Amino acid sequence: MTVPNGTRGNGTDGQPADRHADGERETPAGEAAGRSADPESRAGDLPGEAQADATRPGAHGGLDLDEAVREVEALEHEYRPPAAGAPSNVLTAAVVVVLGVAALVGASSLGSGSARQPGPGMWPMAISVALVVLGIVLLLGARRSSDAEKFSGASLLVLAGLATMVVFVAVIEVVGFELPAGLLCFVWLRFLGREGWRMSIVTSVGVVVGFYLVFVAALGVPIPHLF
Amino acid sequence: MDLAPVLDGFGVVFQPTNLLYCLIGVVVGMLIGVLPGLGPAATIAILLPVTFGIEPVTAIIMLAGIFYGAQYGGTITSVLLRLPGEASSVVTVFDGHALARQGKAGTALGVAAIGSFVGGTVSIIALSLVAPLVASFALDFGPPEYTALALLGILLVSTVSSGHRLKAIIAACVGLLLATVGRDGFTSVERFTFDNLSLADGIDFVPIAMGLFGLGEILYNLEERHRALQAPATVANVWPSTQDLRKSSGAIGRGSVLGFVLGILPGGGATLSSLVAYAVEKRRAKDPSRFGRGAIEGVAAPETANNAAATSSFIPLLTLGIPANATMAVIFGALLIQGVSPGPQLVSEEPELFWGVVNSMYLGNILLLIMSIPLVGLFVRILRVRPTVLAPITVLITLVGVYTVNNDVFDIVLVIVFGALGYLMKKLGFDPGPLVLAFVLGSLLEESLRRSLLIFDGDATGFLTRPISGTLLVAFVVVALLPGVRALLRRRDKEKEPV
Repeated sequence: MTVPNGTRGNGTDGQPADRHADGERETPAGEAAGRSADPESRAGDLPGEAQADATRPGAHGGLDLDEAVREVEALEHEYRPPAAGAPSNVLTAAVVVVLGVAALVGASSLGSGSARQPGPGMWPMAISVALVVLGIVLLLGARRSSDAEKFSGASLLVLAGLATMVVFVAVIEVVGFELPAGLLCFVWLRFLGREGWRMSIVTSVGVVVGFYLVFVAALGVPIPHLF
Repeated sequence: MDLAPVLDGFGVVFQPTNLLYCLIGVVVGMLIGVLPGLGPAATIAILLPVTFGIEPVTAIIMLAGIFYGAQYGGTITSVLLRLPGEASSVVTVFDGHALARQGKAGTALGVAAIGSFVGGTVSIIALSLVAPLVASFALDFGPPEYTALALLGILLVSTVSSGHRLKAIIAACVGLLLATVGRDGFTSVERFTFDNLSLADGIDFVPIAMGLFGLGEILYNLEERHRALQAPATVANVWPSTQDLRKSSGAIGRGSVLGFVLGILPGGGATLSSLVAYAVEKRRAKDPSRFGRGAIEGVAAPETANNAAATSSFIPLLTLGIPANATMAVIFGALLIQGVSPGPQLVSEEPELFWGVVNSMYLGNILLLIMSIPLVGLFVRILRVRPTVLAPITVLITLVGVYTVNNDVFDIVLVIVFGALGYLMKKLGFDPGPLVLAFVLGSLLEESLRRSLLIFDGDATGFLTRPISGTLLVAFVVVALLPGVRALLRRRDKEKEPV
């Protein structure tokens, strides 16, 4: 079987000493990669057993993988809002802790039983404790974290998008799906997508007619409808 | 190895309905691969309501086609627009787009298509050999083994997923918590239902997956600043020269093996394997500086590997019942909805389903090769469809689609709530993948944990004295502690070095 061989031979950090020797040659473009090169390659030599070995390529790849990951992340964030500040990170972590505590309270009222006779609350309690602990760890590192995005003016677009959906579900049982669906489509096209007026109106009407033909006329789905 | 069920599997594939749904699956996969925005997990989630009316094997053939089809389609956008259509094609951007600027877009697409085909096919053959072995090994797994396996699977998916490791584990915990909502299977006590009748049977998988993956992703994309879309480079000749093929054959070979292996690992899958394959080629190259400037191996390797991984990630799902990544979690959910519980008994008890799905991938890959080489022009034209037009249509399909599952407006409310949650999670750096994965495994995990405790008569050390569950749990601890140990080592190194 070539499989295990493949992991080791082709894995990013499987090749030890001799590979590290050409480390310099292998870190061109990204200056960032150069900085982290040393600790990374050392971590790659950590002794591990079969299972840990299996996770290596992802958990702690060699410098080339790190470099590739960084480039990929840079590319993906090119068009995204900047990172969020510390207050937002602290708040996020606090929400996790609160959620954990709330779940813990709810779970303990269910009764945990004993190890021999586990009650309905035992498992949720275990998860809640894990949540609280993880939330506290997150809180401790919140100032240094940089992977959350800032809420910006563009976030209002998301709120508007959500609002159209809330309207849809709020009125569907009263007036059927056609009007709220058309409205949703129009708002998304004209205001969230900045399409032209005529294009937005024509497309919205077309989409509603299409949905009516497919879901009501052809499939007979009992969704509330006007006509 | 008994060949009869394998051949019967081909009989299943060539039933007209299955042929049709295989074609639909790969075309949809190719389309969403080409269009930036929705990934395969989101698309499969949104299409879950469609699968209710069709046979399990047909449904899974289609959903699988979407998954591996997306790996082919993602290449086109990466190469032509420097805008990855798919997470697993991001790394292709570097050399693929460089080639396109040199007027060699066709070569890049051609080599990628051939690599994808080879990687996919090698992986299907290897899967056919490996999967029955894994399944027979796992046949006598009891509740303790499942507990350990599910725990390790969730942890691996969380730690290997891109982004913040701690946040991914938190997301997984929330998923486990959500899975406990509803009536407890052992005592019939209602948990976290807040006296809401709709919650008494638990939260449905469909609104969770559709909301977190589908709506969440669409809302998240709304915030993207509009990129100045350049006109796609013209694609002249897609047939690569013999020289290009010879140059990339090594990369394709290594990519196939690497993709297959990484695809099996929980948390591995298409994206990770494309990155690793790229890194390996760069490291092996005599002149690594060519990479990023149009090295054909830099296209061949990741595109081969992501397709091989997409195929092999079906192994843990179909043989152990443990999804290895977010997309597999959605397919797992689809199977459960169909009344099929994936696990070691699947190969022997439902051979038509198992071999039907596996063998359909040969056909799917042939169809995709045809779509990627002679018909590539058609898909390039699809790039002109504006995402602003697709977004509201997708939202409406989600809202109406989730209603059709139970004809219940409450499901629409749920999908919107989870859509908002999915947006917030992505925004704040929490990957929704581990949540969905933990949610689908949640009830299995709790059930096997409690059954194990009953078997052990309350003595939790029983987990450690059974060889397989013991090994898996040791691995769990190692994986959980490794990042901390590494961070400590690194800090110590830094202190030693004079600044």
